[in-house]
Amino acid sequence: MSSIDQAGKANQGEIRYLTPLEISTKNNKKYCRFKRSGIKYIDYKDPDFLLKFINEQGKILPRRLTGTSLKFQRKISVAVKRARHLALLPYQADMLK
Amino acid sequence: MNHYEAVFILNPVLSDEQVKETVKKFEDYLSKKGSEIISTEHWGLKKLAYPIQNKQSGFYNLIDFKALPTIIDSFELELRRDERIMRYLNVKLDKYADAWSVKRRERNTKKA
Repeated sequence: MSSIDQAGKANQGEIRYLTPLEISTKNNKKYCRFKRSGIKYIDYKDPDFLLKFINEQGKILPRRLTGTSLKFQRKISVAVKRARHLALLPYQADMLK
Repeated sequence: MNHYEAVFILNPVLSDEQVKETVKKFEDYLSKKGSEIISTEHWGLKKLAYPIQNKQSGFYNLIDFKALPTIIDSFELELRRDERIMRYLNVKLDKYADAWSVKRRERNTKKA
């Protein structure tokens, strides 16, 4: 006990680490998955794929979260709305995922 | 001639034969109007994401066809008049969708 007290006094409450902490400073930049993988058309008949772009309540996720480019965000929105019309996706839901 | 795609949901209380008959009726209607049917798909009885006409499931069918834009209006009217059809969607396919539909068909035939 006494040795720990001494160490604490010596450091004056300062926290010291033997190796510098690894705090990730580089932010992983978001990217548009359609541009990167070369997808040209978003199919409204594939609800499992469209599930990636809606939240638990069945709302379309904003671009700032998914990183999709504006061009494809518009296409996603059309595809999701078509899928909803055909009852492939719900208009409103609870605990979808 | 444009490339179109029609998806419609049939009433789940129909028998298999009635389903086939209904699909055939619309195929005949299209070919009679001078359009060219590229392919048809039957997805079978699927659960709906929300109830339509108090029903929880329906028979999904897809018709891929090339037609003149003038006949689409009358085709939609025909779909709306038929009470076996609960929901339909007609979409004109652009060049990217066209390419995708070919790819999708190839994948489906490979699976089958």
